[in-house]
Amino acid sequence: MNVMQATRLVAAREIRVKLRDRTFLISTVVFLLIAAAATILPPLLSGGPSTVAVTEAAAGPLRAAGLEVLAVPDDAAAEQAVRDGDADAAVVAGPAVLAMDDAPDDVISALSTEPPVRLLNPDAVDPVVAFLVPFAFAFIFFITSQTFGVQIAQSIIEEKQTRIVEILVAAVPVRALLAGKMLAGTILALGQIALVAVVAVAGMTFGDNTTLLSLLGPAISWFVPFFLLGFVLIASMWAAAGALVNRLEDIGGVSMPVQLAVMLPFFAVIFLNDNVTAMRVLSYLPFSAPTAMPLRLFTGDAAGWELVVSLALLLVAAAGFLLAGARVYEGSLLRTNGRTSIRTAWRERETLG
Amino acid sequence: MTSVLRLDGVDRSFGDRQVLKDVSFDVVAGRMTGFVGGNGAGKTTTMRIILGVLAADAGQVTWRGEPLSRDARRRFGYMPEERGLYPKMSVREQVTYLGQLHGLTADAARRATDGLLERVGLAERGNDLLETLSLGNQQRAQIAAALVHDPEVLVLDEPFSGLDPLAVDTVVGVLRERATAGAPVLFSSHQLDVVERLCDDLVIIADGSIRAAGSREQLRSAYTTPRFELVVETDAGWLRDHPGVSLVDLDGARAVFDLAAGTDEQPVLRAALERGPVRAFRPVTPSLAEIFREVAK
Repeated sequence: MNVMQATRLVAAREIRVKLRDRTFLISTVVFLLIAAAATILPPLLSGGPSTVAVTEAAAGPLRAAGLEVLAVPDDAAAEQAVRDGDADAAVVAGPAVLAMDDAPDDVISALSTEPPVRLLNPDAVDPVVAFLVPFAFAFIFFITSQTFGVQIAQSIIEEKQTRIVEILVAAVPVRALLAGKMLAGTILALGQIALVAVVAVAGMTFGDNTTLLSLLGPAISWFVPFFLLGFVLIASMWAAAGALVNRLEDIGGVSMPVQLAVMLPFFAVIFLNDNVTAMRVLSYLPFSAPTAMPLRLFTGDAAGWELVVSLALLLVAAAGFLLAGARVYEGSLLRTNGRTSIRTAWRERETLG
Repeated sequence: MTSVLRLDGVDRSFGDRQVLKDVSFDVVAGRMTGFVGGNGAGKTTTMRIILGVLAADAGQVTWRGEPLSRDARRRFGYMPEERGLYPKMSVREQVTYLGQLHGLTADAARRATDGLLERVGLAERGNDLLETLSLGNQQRAQIAAALVHDPEVLVLDEPFSGLDPLAVDTVVGVLRERATAGAPVLFSSHQLDVVERLCDDLVIIADGSIRAAGSREQLRSAYTTPRFELVVETDAGWLRDHPGVSLVDLDGARAVFDLAAGTDEQPVLRAALERGPVRAFRPVTPSLAEIFREVAK
């Protein structure tokens, strides 16, 4: 049996156990519900064409504009229909538009002539969407790398705490153990995101929001490699943190630097997202690149070569952290008395046959 | 050629503290070898080095004449001193998993697991989560985990600690089977009476060095002054003045004595018979505990 096979066995067990974990299943379902709600509900709530109360004589142009017409005998009845809530608006002699508290745009535009509009930058993104979409990316990266990183750490600690690690290490190479856990974490994280993405896309299609969908396409396809490498970077730190302690209760002490490495870039990207210089810097720093770079791409602010350079930097950082994490993991895995310092773990690595 | 697991000049230090000094001994196929020593003597470190969980600073471990590779070690069965399995996995699932990690196919691992759980009396609890089992049953699961891949060599660190007497019998039975089938079995224990009952060969370690190694009988004869028990009709006090005899214990008609080196026991017996009837005259074999105390000093 080689390292690959051992890695696969380890990963398969991690995934199997996780898929039976109730907390994990519930959190996944909650994510899916949020994704469905966020994409399906807004178009439904904005609620289709307005209902207009109007005398039959004036109904023609409103029908032609696709509005729902409630035919009434006179203007007084039309006003009453609005007051009773039977109609969203009424058109009375004048013509004047009556509504309760919100001017009905679709009715107004049906009755008016608009000047032609020529957009000079037709591809620019609605500013609200321009903020929300990168925020969603950053949030997904933040939540996922946090959740699955902690799970990798917990699984490492569980094996140390229960001492089964000694049997495992006697059977398979240490790096297969670590690789299996990282692989399982990555697959589960990507799987959860893919599910959320499928639900979101289905929701957008259902809610007839396909314009946004076509805009999101390239950003999503670049988000995936950034996400993967960023995840490896964070997960390596979690693995090292987990290997340094022996009891789940002690993880708080070692996890602080990891938490900060995830949280600071997240908030930096959120708060500085309209500062061009800050975003350019953040999009090259490995810890913030996974969120900052897709954001710049989405707002049309990043050139192709910038993506490649940033991704390369991230790749180097992720590989470096993976090797360092693996070394700390190997050095502290069998030290089951109290907490191991990083320095000891680094130095005392066993050369395992 | 007999299959031998051999340690040859193994050294190991942790920081400035040398915990193993030139450790060499053999574990022969088909024999149960007891590994005895006080706390901190180096038993666990030695076993971890055999399994490759720790590296030796010097020396080597060979199996059938070849230095141990990871592939060879994967066919070893190991029960570490600090026990543990996954608390939230079922017994059957994790024993099967460990079988696969040791190179069995999924099918073979499942079959081996079912057979073993039957053998250690856990068949009906197989689908329960480990954490719901009693401690004794968890120990049985641990034995199953060490044996699932039908190992060529068994290395067990304190396999009997924490076992109830019934479980001890089960485990002893299983280990005997493996030894009879031709596997070398090395087990450590501080329960000297259990070791005495079980082992064919014995390795005694103290303070990181091997103090004695060999078959139980060899060690008995090598590490004891010739000691005898004599029971006569009347008072045995005359032995005090017999040449070459030093009394260990005298209780009226019953005496226990050591003979000086080179002194034959037959003249003592004849002298006793001249004084009257002899009810008993026999060599006193020392217990393992006595040998251990003698050797580990």
